[in-house]
Amino acid sequence: MGKLKLIIQREFIAKVRNKSFIVMTFLSPIIMVGMGALVYFLMKKNDEKVKKIVYVDNSGMFSKEDFKDSKTIHYTDYTALGIEETKKKVEAGNYYGALLIPKQDSLEILAKSIEFYSKDTPGMSFMNTIENKIEQKIRNEKLTNFGIDLGKIKASKINTDIKMYNFSGEESSKLINGLKIGVGAIAGYFLMMFVMIYGTSVMRSVIEEKTSRIIEVIVSSVKPFQLMLGKIIGNASAGLLQFFIWGVLLFVIITIASSIFGIDMMEMQSSRVPAEQMDAIKQTASGDKGQLIIQEILRLPILKLFVLFIFYFLGGYMLYSSMFAAVGAAVDNETDTQQFMLPIMLPLILGVYVGFATVINDPHGPISVAFSYIPFTSPIVMLMRVPFGVSWYELAISMTLLLITFVFMVWLAAKIYRVGILMYGKKPSYKDLYKWLKYKG
Amino acid sequence: MNNLLEINNVVKKYGDFTALNDVSLHIPKGSVFGLLGPNGAGKTSLIRIINQITMPDSGTVFLDGELLAPHHVEQIGYLPEERGLYKSMKVGEQALYLAQLKGLSKSEAKKRLKYWFEKFDISAWWGKKIEELSKGMAQKVQFIVTVLHQPKLLIFDEPFSGFDPINAQLIAKEILQLRDEGATIIFSTHRMESVEEMCDEIALINKSNKILDGKLDDIKREFRTNTFQVGVSDSNSSEIETLLKENFKVTKPSFKLLNDAFTANVTLTKGNTANDLLSLLTSRGEVNHFVEVIPTANDIFIQAVNKNN
Repeated sequence: MGKLKLIIQREFIAKVRNKSFIVMTFLSPIIMVGMGALVYFLMKKNDEKVKKIVYVDNSGMFSKEDFKDSKTIHYTDYTALGIEETKKKVEAGNYYGALLIPKQDSLEILAKSIEFYSKDTPGMSFMNTIENKIEQKIRNEKLTNFGIDLGKIKASKINTDIKMYNFSGEESSKLINGLKIGVGAIAGYFLMMFVMIYGTSVMRSVIEEKTSRIIEVIVSSVKPFQLMLGKIIGNASAGLLQFFIWGVLLFVIITIASSIFGIDMMEMQSSRVPAEQMDAIKQTASGDKGQLIIQEILRLPILKLFVLFIFYFLGGYMLYSSMFAAVGAAVDNETDTQQFMLPIMLPLILGVYVGFATVINDPHGPISVAFSYIPFTSPIVMLMRVPFGVSWYELAISMTLLLITFVFMVWLAAKIYRVGILMYGKKPSYKDLYKWLKYKG
Repeated sequence: MNNLLEINNVVKKYGDFTALNDVSLHIPKGSVFGLLGPNGAGKTSLIRIINQITMPDSGTVFLDGELLAPHHVEQIGYLPEERGLYKSMKVGEQALYLAQLKGLSKSEAKKRLKYWFEKFDISAWWGKKIEELSKGMAQKVQFIVTVLHQPKLLIFDEPFSGFDPINAQLIAKEILQLRDEGATIIFSTHRMESVEEMCDEIALINKSNKILDGKLDDIKREFRTNTFQVGVSDSNSSEIETLLKENFKVTKPSFKLLNDAFTANVTLTKGNTANDLLSLLTSRGEVNHFVEVIPTANDIFIQAVNKNN
């Protein structure tokens, strides 16, 4: 036990002291936030460029009220000039484009015959804004023609939210479902990233011991199994520390950044959404709904989630990193790892894809359930399912399977590891690995 | 109990390949024991079994009268042929880590390391990383780490590789001193001159089998051919050669003399003795060279392996 502790300590310190670890830990949150800020800044700059357009309204349906200047689009009325003249003027001048509204007999034909001329092809969001504007005007016009009071229409607007219950009395709603998907997806994705980054880190550390030829000195003092376990735990501790620091740093940086630059998260997310839609979002987010979200978050089985997260996180990490350790032991250098990496990576990636594809649609569908039982995908898929409420017996099956596979896999990996670390030269084939499994002690 | 290590009928197989076939060795306490054999003979397999890196398929190993058990790793020091240190770890930390893995407490390890670092005059390296040291320097650190926990049994596999002659001499001296202080040493090498210099006993392994073992002197006696190098000056060369051929087996000389004398290798045949040869020579001229050809470890190695093959 004392030796295991020594090994864990060494692995942890070796990892943490590594320059790339320090750089990654402290720089990547700054880079991430910096990139985000940069993208936001550029986007804003891009949008801030005012587009000046002219319009010719031969239908006489639109008024100055309809073409009010917005932050990004300024309108000029060229109706008096006529279509042909306007086109020429715009082509020669400084205007971005010309919106031409002909006179038509019916609103339906009018809706199809409006044209926009510009030197460059306009962007999606610009066209959306213009189209929305015209669509709304024509719809209002039609409604008025039908003799419908626009005021009443406005007054009739209502948001529906069907509350969903299961028979154990848990309440949910679409909004909450979204939240659950978010929680599950983040947990699953996070697990995959952790396994990939720190699994390969374990592998590299094994290869380093082989190439530096210290391995035989070490295994004359400790059991290979102890060394492997120490490596896995030591690397995981370094990883957890890194994620913890990231969390703290991100929180601090975002807090500081948003107070300095006054960027509020809501605006950041919706800066590309047209104004009308944004209003709707703001409406939903404010007031009762906002409170509901907080209530619902509090109502999620947080303790259960947390415990399960830890279990699947550790289980999944141990399962995979033992395989990574075995691969590291089997080869002499990193370039030889490829052929063995694919079969390890595949179920991980499959887990994430299956999770995103099926759990979101139907968290209790047969595919979701099956993949949350299969030990190689269960850590990811089950974590995605858990926020939707998974019965205890299902959890029991999944956890037991993971536990059994994990123990079996570590045992198997240790056998390959034990033989592999002392093998130099030839790159082994799968057949060789199988042979190693049969070697005694 | 005179043997520190007793290996009895050890068999080790890797799949269909037999690495060790019923090998038994008895290694006396306080000796330097040469474990010799061509590449791939099974030496490393045997050494790994002693170090409990692998287990034998059958057979037993006793260390100091006890059946080999996990706690014995603390009584064994092993310098493998394939050796190295963590490149990016500092010398001092690394030595402390490895010493602690061998069961030393941190403070005790520090104390002993200080002693050895001063002895080898390398205290200045404590804070350096291994990658900053030359190969020879790193080997010194490795040697210290191997012997630091004062093991009863030391196993050196090609200990001199990577050392220049001066440092090799230093390490050889240290090894002999460790023996004098009571340690038992297994010494595996291809450098036969160091076998002559250091080993009390040897064992020769070839193709997974032990083909020879015992005291080096006894083995030499066993391999002696009663051949003498002779040099006679002031004589008639053809006459003396004819005379010698009547009674002895004469072969080409395996040596050179500085003066212009008759030289030959002469092997005693049935019935005659060294004195017979000598008196024949003295009657024909001035004998200025007369030496028995003692088989070197190298000769024995080559002869025994070739015969076995």
